[in-house]
Amino acid sequence: MSESLLDIRNLNVSFQTFAGTVNAVRGVSLTLEKGETLALVGESGSGKSVTCRSVMGLLSKNATIEQGEILFRGSNLLAKSDKEMQRIRGKEISMIFQNPMTALNPTMTIGKQVAEPLRLHQKFSRTAARRQAQELLELVGIPSSTKRLNDYPHQFSGGQRQRIVTAIALACGPEILIADEPTTALDVTIQAQILELLKELRHTTSIIFITHDLGVVANVADRVAVMYGGRIVEIGKVEEIFYNPQHPYTWGLLRSMPTLDDKDGELYAIPGSPPDLLSPAPGDLFATRNEYALQVDAHYEPPLFQVSPTHYAATWLLDDRAPSVIVPEAIAARRQYYRQRQTGLTAKEGLL
Amino acid sequence: MTFFKFILKRLAFMLATLFLISTITFLLMNFLPGSPYQNEEKLTPVQRQMMNEKYGLDKPAGERYLIYLSGLAKGDLGISLQFGNQPVSKLLSSRIGPSIQLGLQAMLLGTVAGIILGTISAMYQNSFIDTFASLSAIIGRSIPNFIFAVLLQLVFAVSLKWLPIALWDDGFRSTILPTLALAIAPMADAARFIRTEMIEVLNSDYAELAKAKGQSKVRIAFVHGLRNALIPLITIIGPMTVGLMTGSLVVENIFAIPGIGEQFVKSIVTNDYATIMSVTLLYSVLLVVIILIVDILYGLIDPRIRLAGAKQ
Repeated sequence: MSESLLDIRNLNVSFQTFAGTVNAVRGVSLTLEKGETLALVGESGSGKSVTCRSVMGLLSKNATIEQGEILFRGSNLLAKSDKEMQRIRGKEISMIFQNPMTALNPTMTIGKQVAEPLRLHQKFSRTAARRQAQELLELVGIPSSTKRLNDYPHQFSGGQRQRIVTAIALACGPEILIADEPTTALDVTIQAQILELLKELRHTTSIIFITHDLGVVANVADRVAVMYGGRIVEIGKVEEIFYNPQHPYTWGLLRSMPTLDDKDGELYAIPGSPPDLLSPAPGDLFATRNEYALQVDAHYEPPLFQVSPTHYAATWLLDDRAPSVIVPEAIAARRQYYRQRQTGLTAKEGLL
Repeated sequence: MTFFKFILKRLAFMLATLFLISTITFLLMNFLPGSPYQNEEKLTPVQRQMMNEKYGLDKPAGERYLIYLSGLAKGDLGISLQFGNQPVSKLLSSRIGPSIQLGLQAMLLGTVAGIILGTISAMYQNSFIDTFASLSAIIGRSIPNFIFAVLLQLVFAVSLKWLPIALWDDGFRSTILPTLALAIAPMADAARFIRTEMIEVLNSDYAELAKAKGQSKVRIAFVHGLRNALIPLITIIGPMTVGLMTGSLVVENIFAIPGIGEQFVKSIVTNDYATIMSVTLLYSVLLVVIILIVDILYGLIDPRIRLAGAKQ
C-alpha cells in the first residue's frame, strides 16, 4: 500500500493543569488518504480538536506531546522546527475554526486577511494577491467581492465570515484542510451552505472534519472516526459506521439522532457525563455509561478489533469470548439494511 | 460630509466647554483672598484705590466679567500684574513653545518605547524579558521624573559631557535630556497597558488564525495584534499628553527651560489674575483639542467605532 498523505501514529497528548495532568489524547492512530474526507466525531473533550491541533502545531503552551508521530507525506511534523512549521501551516495544511465571529481580525480589511497567506507563502505581489483574494471570495460565494475587499469583518454576517475563513484556508491550495466544527456556531440554513461548500472542495483537498453532529457526517465524509475519552473507539467507512456500528458508544450516538421513523417520539440520550481524564478509572472509560459493559471493561481497555479491512472498533463485545448481546432495535434495523445492501451489491457484482 | 458635520458639532461643544471653564475660573478668581499687589499692607487706601483703578479692579464683578469676555473674544488676555506689565498673550506665546515641544517629544518617545516594550513582554509572557520589562515599568512609574532628570544630567552632561547640562540654547541637543526624563513615566504606563491588552489579543481566535496561516510570532504581535491592543491606550494618551505639556514644572526648572510651568505657579502665588485665568484656559484648550484628536484616532485605529453614518 502506498504511503498515506497523513499518518498519525500512537499520538499521546497531555495537558498540565493546576489540578494535575490531563491525558487528552491517548494513543490515537489515524490515516488520511489523498482526496479523502475523514470525519472525527465525539463529544466535547473527546480529543478531536487536540488531535487536529497537534497536526497543525497549534497546541497551547501547557500541552505536551508525550508520544507518537505525525507523518505528513512521510516526514514527521512533530520533529519540525517553528520555522518549518510556519511554512507548512496555511500552505500545505490549513484550518477552519469553530467560531467565525471571532476568528477574523476586527481591525484588518477582509481583502488583506485573505491575501495574507498568498503574500506569505506564494510571495504574491500586493496587487496579484488582491486579485487572487477577490477570486477566492467569489469562489466561496461572497457576492460583489471587489467592493467588499475593503470592508471589515463586522460588516459581514456569521455565515459570510465562515466563508471568508474558508477562503483564507483555501488560499494556497492546501493538501489537507482541517475543519474544526465549522458549522457549530452557525444557524441551520447557513450550516447547510457551508457544508455544501466543503462538499465541493473534497475532490481537490483532503479534509479532516471535526464535528459532534452525526447528521452532518453522513453528508460529507468518506470515513468516520468516533472518539471517546481521548481514544478512537470506532473507525470505518461512513456506511460501516452508520449501518454496521459495533461500539455501544456509536450506537448511543446514532440513537440520539432524531429520525423520521421514530416510533415512540422520544429522543435517546447517552446516560452519564464525559469521563474524567484527570484521574481516569481503570479499564474502559465508557464502561460506566455503557449498558452493554462486560466485567472485563472494568479492568482492561479493549483494543481495536478488526471488523473488516476498513472497519475497527474498540469494544470487548467483539472478542470471541464475549456473550452475544441484544442490539438496540434502531441499530438492529440499521444492520439489517446494511446486510441487505451488502448482499444486494454482491448480487449486482455477480451479475457484472 | 458626515465627518465635517461631526467636526463642526465637536467644535461647537469645545467652544461651550471653554466658555464654561473661563466663567468658572473668573468666579474662582473673584473668591481668591488677598490682592495681586506686593507689600499690600504698606499701601495707603488712596494708593490702593489708584492701583485698582489702573487695573480696572475697582469695577463690579459683572462688568469686569464682560470686559474679560470681550477681551477673550478679541484674543486679548489682559495685562500681567507680575511679569513687567506685559500683555499675558505675549508672555505666554514666548514660553508655550518649549513646553509643547517637550511634551510632544516625551509623549512620542515614551509611548513608542512603551508599546514596543509591552508587546515584547506579552510575546514572551512570564519569561526573563517579561519580568525585566515589568520591573522597569514599575520603577519608571514609581520614581519621580526629577530624580531621573538629575541622574541624566549627572551621567550625560557632567560625566560624559555629551549633552548640555541645562538651558534652552543648543537647539535639539538641549531637548534630549529633559525629553528623556519626561518620557519615563508615559513609557512605563504604555508598557503596562499594552502588555495586558496584548496578552489578551495574542490569546484571541484571530491571533490563532494568523498562526494557522503560517505567520511568525513577531508578525502576529505587531501586524495583527498591535492595532487591537492600542485601543485602550489611546484613551489615556490624551490626558497624559496634556499633563506632559503643562505639568513639567520641576523638570523645566531643573533644566532651566523657559517653559510655561514656572509661570503658572508664580502667577498663582502672586494672585496674578490675568495670568492664572489665561494659563488655565490654555490648558483647557489643549485638553479639548487633544481629546478631539484622540476621538478621531479611535476611528482610524478601530473600524468598528468609525463615526456613525460614515459608511454610506
